[in-house]
Amino acid sequence: MQHLSTQNMTDTNNSKWQTVCNKDELLLNAGICALIQGMQIAVFYFAKQQHIYAVQNYDPYSKANVLSRGIIGDLNGQPVVASPIYKQHFNLQTGKCLEDEAVTIQTYPIRIVDDQVEIAVATQTVTSI
Amino acid sequence: MAHQQIVVVGNGMVGHYFIENLVTHSQSAEFSVTTFCEEPRLAYDRVHLSEFFSGKTAEQLSLVEPGFYEKHGITVHLSDKAVSIDRDKQIVTSANGVEVHYDILILATGSYPFVPPVEGHDREHCLVYRTIEDLEAIQASASRSRSGTVVGGGLLGLEAAKALKDMGLDTHVVEFAPRLMAVQLDEGGGNMLRRKIEALDVTVHTSKNTTLITDGKESRHQMQFADGEILETDLVLFSAGIRPRDELARDCQLEVGPRGGIAINDYCQTSDPNIYAIGECALWNQQIFGLVAPGYQMARVVIDRLSGENARFTSADMSTKLKLLGVDVGSIGDAHARSQGARSYVYQNEWDEVYKRLVVSEDGLKVIGAVLVGDNDSYNEIMQYYLNGIDLPETPEALILPRVEGSTAGLGADALPASATICSCHNVNKSDIVNLMDNGVVALADIKSESKASSGCGGCAALLKSVVDCELAQRGMTINNDICEHFPFTRQEIYHMIIVEEIKTFDALLDKHGKGAGCDICKPAIGSILASYWNDYVLSDKFYNLQDTNDTFLANMQKDGTYSVIPRIAGGEITPEKLIKLGEIARKYQLYTKITGAQRIDMFGARQEQLPLIWSDLVEAGFETGHAYAKALRTVKSCVGSTWCRYGVLDSVGKAIDLENRYKGLRSPHKLKFAVSGCTRECAEAQSKDVGVIATENGWNMYVCGNGGMKPRHADLFATDLDDDTLVKYIDRLLMFYTRTADRLQRTSVWMENLEGGLNYLRDVIIDDKLGICAELEQQMQHIVDSYQCEWKTTLSDQEMLNKRFRYFVNSDATDNNVVLIEERGQKRPAREEERKQIPVHLVNSA
Ligand code: SRM
Ligand SMILES: Cc1cc2nc3c(=O)[nH]c(=O)nc-3n(C[C@H](O)[C@H](O)[C@H](O)COP(=O)(O)OP(=O)(O)OC[C@H]3O[C@@H](n4cnc5c(N)ncnc54)[C@H](O)[C@@H]3O)c2cc1C
Ligand code: SF4
Ligand code: FES
Repeated sequence: MQHLSTQNMTDTNNSKWQTVCNKDELLLNAGICALIQGMQIAVFYFAKQQHIYAVQNYDPYSKANVLSRGIIGDLNGQPVVASPIYKQHFNLQTGKCLEDEAVTIQTYPIRIVDDQVEIAVATQTVTSI
Repeated sequence: MAHQQIVVVGNGMVGHYFIENLVTHSQSAEFSVTTFCEEPRLAYDRVHLSEFFSGKTAEQLSLVEPGFYEKHGITVHLSDKAVSIDRDKQIVTSANGVEVHYDILILATGSYPFVPPVEGHDREHCLVYRTIEDLEAIQASASRSRSGTVVGGGLLGLEAAKALKDMGLDTHVVEFAPRLMAVQLDEGGGNMLRRKIEALDVTVHTSKNTTLITDGKESRHQMQFADGEILETDLVLFSAGIRPRDELARDCQLEVGPRGGIAINDYCQTSDPNIYAIGECALWNQQIFGLVAPGYQMARVVIDRLSGENARFTSADMSTKLKLLGVDVGSIGDAHARSQGARSYVYQNEWDEVYKRLVVSEDGLKVIGAVLVGDNDSYNEIMQYYLNGIDLPETPEALILPRVEGSTAGLGADALPASATICSCHNVNKSDIVNLMDNGVVALADIKSESKASSGCGGCAALLKSVVDCELAQRGMTINNDICEHFPFTRQEIYHMIIVEEIKTFDALLDKHGKGAGCDICKPAIGSILASYWNDYVLSDKFYNLQDTNDTFLANMQKDGTYSVIPRIAGGEITPEKLIKLGEIARKYQLYTKITGAQRIDMFGARQEQLPLIWSDLVEAGFETGHAYAKALRTVKSCVGSTWCRYGVLDSVGKAIDLENRYKGLRSPHKLKFAVSGCTRECAEAQSKDVGVIATENGWNMYVCGNGGMKPRHADLFATDLDDDTLVKYIDRLLMFYTRTADRLQRTSVWMENLEGGLNYLRDVIIDDKLGICAELEQQMQHIVDSYQCEWKTTLSDQEMLNKRFRYFVNSDATDNNVVLIEERGQKRPAREEERKQIPVHLVNSA
């Protein structure tokens, strides 16, 4: 599955790839949640398009850790997750909220190497709203 | 205009309509309003008075929004009759001694039922039919009677006969004239109506002049007729016409007609220019109008006049369309062909018991009248020709002949002139609708609520829809009902594609008919259709990712990301043993418990990974999922019913449990709620449910399409006195028809209001099987009933799936440390934001 596309490929200085799980543990066309350095990260797998995305699990609107449990899909060609609580949509590539330009959630570089899902997280704390 | 004191005597349908429209349409600062209301309650819907017998309460019949009079500063003298008018001093005096000065006086005193001065007419159990109190008396008397006789075979008499019949009495109608509804129907129509009514087991006696009512031998009364015949009966109900209540006017020497009625001119003014008379008490051009629409028209004329305009009352249309004892009856214009040179077309079908007569003008160009019995389908169309003076088509008889397949659909809405009346109850014409649409109000439901069209008798619903559709087409507009950008179809179209093409997965549908990857709108909607049609397990690999989190975890997500758990407690009945089990389970997992608004128990604060554990305990204790998370049947609420309640007539709890168990699990466009009450006291609030069932002495009354929530709607009475099997049959059909045809997230109420033809159409489909689909609907429902599985039970049996989907982190056994609970009133609840700040927790993802 090397052809699985990744985003934010830049392996920046202070980011480090971390193994999360085997790719078999991804849920088809849905999300799971990973705990990395104390951070909750939602991982989504678009089976048909063979895309995976990683964003913060924390939903800035409901202030609860729920994004991994949202429905995924696309709107105007952008891959999105809808928060299961108040249904705002977040672009999975950019983290931008479609309903409010000013709100952005954290996205993380993600890739699959030898069937292992890897996410790059900064070594210092990630900020969010 | 100087500040004016307006006094309205009579708070009936027309008096209230006058006040309501006066204060909402004019500068209310310019006048103050006082009304005398003789009855113990404000105006109510007399037109639908008979529904009181089928369970409508006085409150439901009320025409006055609670608080309306207070809000508009209107003074009401309730249960107080105006007894005299001093025209010189311009003062009205009431029975309670209230004296009010008026600048303008409006008499809206209505009429009283005429009781022929037959000897014995005032015996006990000889009653009339006009007010709620009358109906209460009839109800009381009927409960102590076996037979009942209505004197008068007119429109109201037949309505009264239906009421007696429904109360289980052996029912007779006695008419003075040689036929029924002599005012509205010609001989052919009257005869056909009689046949149909007799087929319903109501005995009709025509050409009978009652001469004496006296003690009966087998029954309470004996009625004697001029021809020497007699009739024994326990109850006599007079419905022999109405007489205008003009006594106040007479006493102060206003001009009245030779046979009663307060004489008015075209401005609805009496012989005293400061006094107006409107409604059934008024006599215009030697005519009394015993219908509500002309009364409303008079009220509008007076309001226009008071605001300085020059409206006139120029006759009213007395055409009527009704369902009497379930028989369609229509009468338009000159039904008796009395006009000079009038000629008729007649269609009579003794097999199907249909009679139709079309009366046309001497030149054969215009409709001037019609009689319809047994089939009212052409009523609206003929009315449009009649009211708008449209030239007849080349073969006028086509208007009354049965439509053969392939023939044209008749007069299109675009042929109607702008002035065409669409809704006569609320005086809405075509141009009103076009105006609304010009201003951007284009959805049918919005047009209805803005214009009020089709919110009276409902008879104009189909016409209204065709006007709207036609206008939309002319504007090149199609209302975009696509469910979302991925599927250019309505939910209903998608439903059909799924059936016809036997599509079983979202991806297959997307490949064939959609584009993109789907979204949080189309995925759950299609997931629900797939689940309801194929009745597959909702968490199977092909479905779970289509659902909202509530469905994927079979629980309701709460604000902090934890879930609530509601097991099914069918009908609200629970054994002590199970109650204890619930308590034990809640205690074990430290869940917050609460009784819900729908008679069951909710347990809050369950973390995702705890759900399978909690549910294995619940399943072991004998519980099933309650579908609180799903667009599916929620609960069937019940009252105690005949088992314990001293008033209960049937076992409402047992019925509720049966219904809940039958329909549990059915996936539908929106949630479904039922209730069953054991008697008309209605403690289960069945009339606020999608399906409401109320026990009567003769079986179950079924109500449909009600809901609570943001926009509460009372359910409509759909069918009465059903036996157990018929009830289930109707519900099967209704639910399946709804599931097939409603839009996504459309509750039954909105669905029904948007169905062309509304409630009557629904009856045609569900009761009369007009579309010929009932067998299929029942079969489909039976399939769903037979393939029911408790989703939680199935879920628990798949350990691999549980491990994969319910664990919180894919790579850790930790739990969500953002869930912070606090104790209050002996239970745990989520900490509020300000409380969180005081608790030393590390919030993940926050800097
Ligand atoms: C738990 C409960 C409140 C309670 O503690 O009593 C409740 C809770 C919620 N109701 Fe309700 N409703 C509850 C009884 C009702 C009732 C009363 C009843 O069922 O007899 C009504 C009015 C009756 C009706 O539906 O016609 C009711 C009308 C609504 C509505 C408005 C529906 C409408 O057509 O306008 C919503 C919003 C919606 O569905 O779109 C709603 C939505 C909700 C939601 C799902 C809101 C949400 O999205 O989170 C709440 C879920 C809380 C949860 O997760 O448990 N709830 N809700 C009740 C659960 C009953 C049960 O045992 O299943
Ligand atoms: C069972 C039934 C079914 C009907 N069905 C239909 C139908 O299908 N279609 C239709 O168009 N019409 C129908 N009608 C007729 C319709 O109800 C009347 O046309 C309408 O109610 C007339 O309104 P109104 O205000 O003139 O009179 P009412 O509604 O009778 O109101 C007059 C009010 O004035 C009060 N009043 C009288 N004198 C005084 C006084 N001195 N002081 C204080 N108050 C006083 C009375 O108590 C009464 O409350 C039906 C009537 C009945 C009874
Ligand atoms: S009324 Fe509102 S707050 Fe209360 S349960 Fe229903 S949706 Fe929630
Ligand atoms: S004609 Fe009665 S509601 Fe429109």
